[in-house]
Amino acid sequence: MFLLIEQLLNGLQFGLLLFLLAAGLTLVFGIMDFVNLAHGSLYMMGAYFAATFVGWTGSFVFGAILALAATLLLGIALEFVALRHLYGRDHLDQVLATFGLILFFNDMVRLIWGPAGLALPLPTWLTTPVQLLPGVYYPAYRLSIIIVALLVAALLYLVVMRTRIGMLIRAGASNREMIGALGINIKLLFTLVFGLGAALAGLAGLMQAPILTVQIGMGENILILAFVIIVIGGIGSIRGAFLAAIFVGLIDTLGRAFLPDLLRKVLSGAAASTAAPALSSMLIYLLMAIVLVLRPEGLFPAAKR
Amino acid sequence: MKSKFNASNAVVAVVCAALVLLPVYSATTGNIFILTLMTRIIIFALAASSLNLIMGYGGMMSFGHAAYLGIGGYAVGILAAEGIGSGFIQWPVALGVSALFALVIGALSLRTRGVYFIMITLAFAQMAYYVASALSRYGGDDGLTIYKRSTFDGLINLSDRTQFYYLCLACLFGGVYLIWRIVNSRFGLVVQGVRSNEQRMQAIGFPAYRYRLTCFVIAGTICGLAGALLANNTDFVSPAVMYWTRSGDLMVMVILGGMGSLFGPLIGAIVYLVLEELLSQFTEYWALIMGPLLLLIVLFARGGIMGLLGRIRRG
Repeated sequence: MFLLIEQLLNGLQFGLLLFLLAAGLTLVFGIMDFVNLAHGSLYMMGAYFAATFVGWTGSFVFGAILALAATLLLGIALEFVALRHLYGRDHLDQVLATFGLILFFNDMVRLIWGPAGLALPLPTWLTTPVQLLPGVYYPAYRLSIIIVALLVAALLYLVVMRTRIGMLIRAGASNREMIGALGINIKLLFTLVFGLGAALAGLAGLMQAPILTVQIGMGENILILAFVIIVIGGIGSIRGAFLAAIFVGLIDTLGRAFLPDLLRKVLSGAAASTAAPALSSMLIYLLMAIVLVLRPEGLFPAAKR
Repeated sequence: MKSKFNASNAVVAVVCAALVLLPVYSATTGNIFILTLMTRIIIFALAASSLNLIMGYGGMMSFGHAAYLGIGGYAVGILAAEGIGSGFIQWPVALGVSALFALVIGALSLRTRGVYFIMITLAFAQMAYYVASALSRYGGDDGLTIYKRSTFDGLINLSDRTQFYYLCLACLFGGVYLIWRIVNSRFGLVVQGVRSNEQRMQAIGFPAYRYRLTCFVIAGTICGLAGALLANNTDFVSPAVMYWTRSGDLMVMVILGGMGSLFGPLIGAIVYLVLEELLSQFTEYWALIMGPLLLLIVLFARGGIMGLLGRIRRG
């Protein structure tokens, strides 16, 4: 029972983290019609920046804030130098160009930080377990990830639904040309949105960093998961991304935790231990396939333009 | 296609002649390295050509094409590990399993369009990657060593470097010929018609979905053959073969050479892999140059190398 609660929370935490990544991706896609494979690289850079700045400043929170700012700046610079020339181009061109950027970032990181991974140690106040229910303990750090991510999600919702910038973002998503014609500086808006996406990816990266090792290519696997989430949730839909991310996070975590035992009840021990890892890593892709068969546009497609 | 003299045809003719004569050069100079390098390049050119069939002619931007390289490879590797060494069994199985995989993921993916299609093919290929990583009986993450190459009852000896090279080259030329025939057939014209306007083709009465799916399966099968060749070439197959960056590499080869041009992928594969080889001799951080280079190619050289050459006409 305690295991189930713990795994549910882990799944929620993973899902929220995925949401931070997917939100930026789906915003950028919805508004600029731009496929950004290098989004995973920004996630990686967030983690590396955090590991470096925390080392320099000696403070986890201060280092994290610096890393967030650095990822934001990096995203804006990236948009300014290269990516804005790709808007309006074929999706294939965008995929290739950002694929090139992934190669670049991976080798850049290898050049600067070396091929070995980095560790980001947590301060002691985040390592002590917290008692949630009598007898149920949960790591404080994972709990704080859940809280921060929920806060960010709420903030994102408020910004997009309740502010002028958010109104422009939504208007941009439904008709790019029109808001340009109405005298809105779309170039600036696009840069802002991209920076926001980059910061969200960086936040996801730096929060995940203490749990996993900070290493080259860490953004690539999770990027694919973010894609799966966007496809399930419907491209351009933040709400869809949120629900799909939590769903995927839970299914992936629970599948990995409980599928081997479940299979062992049905199959012989040897067959189960072979099939379980394969099946649990396939689970979310199967989910995506089912969603596609039933709803090719995703569960919550953004309004048609 | 009426052949007319232009720079791109001339380059293709020279490259093909050079490929045919390469073992002679290698034997006279004793330069074995270039033969192994070119064998690898030819195999990737075959894979890229098959991708070109769906991407360039069919307009289906598959980002999971490397999956077939792995599936073809694993078919050979697993059968070899289970003691079935005959290529007459291994290769048809490799092709069949690739075709089946293409049929299943194609049937699902082709329900979607555009960027969804890119992401979905990517996700399915990643799924294949994870499944291969979980095959602990067959090496899992570490990959599977193939101790004996496919045997063909003495018909051809794959362990002989030159014979294997010519086999790969024959597969490449055969594959390109097949693609040429397909593209110019009624079937191919329908597929190209669907690329430019699906609704119109549907309206004239062509079942667009079925045509696209068939084309998708053919491309997957050809790439499965490339996978069987690759596994024999490296005597090894691992999940890394179908990692998504591999699919990206294949896409780059197609675009670099020129999408929708028959020999474009071959030229693209040669340029990309030779460049990679040269840059990695020059610096360990070759991707630091390759990455921005890709960006520049996308920004400034549309139509790829064949497109550039096509603009240079005689006179």
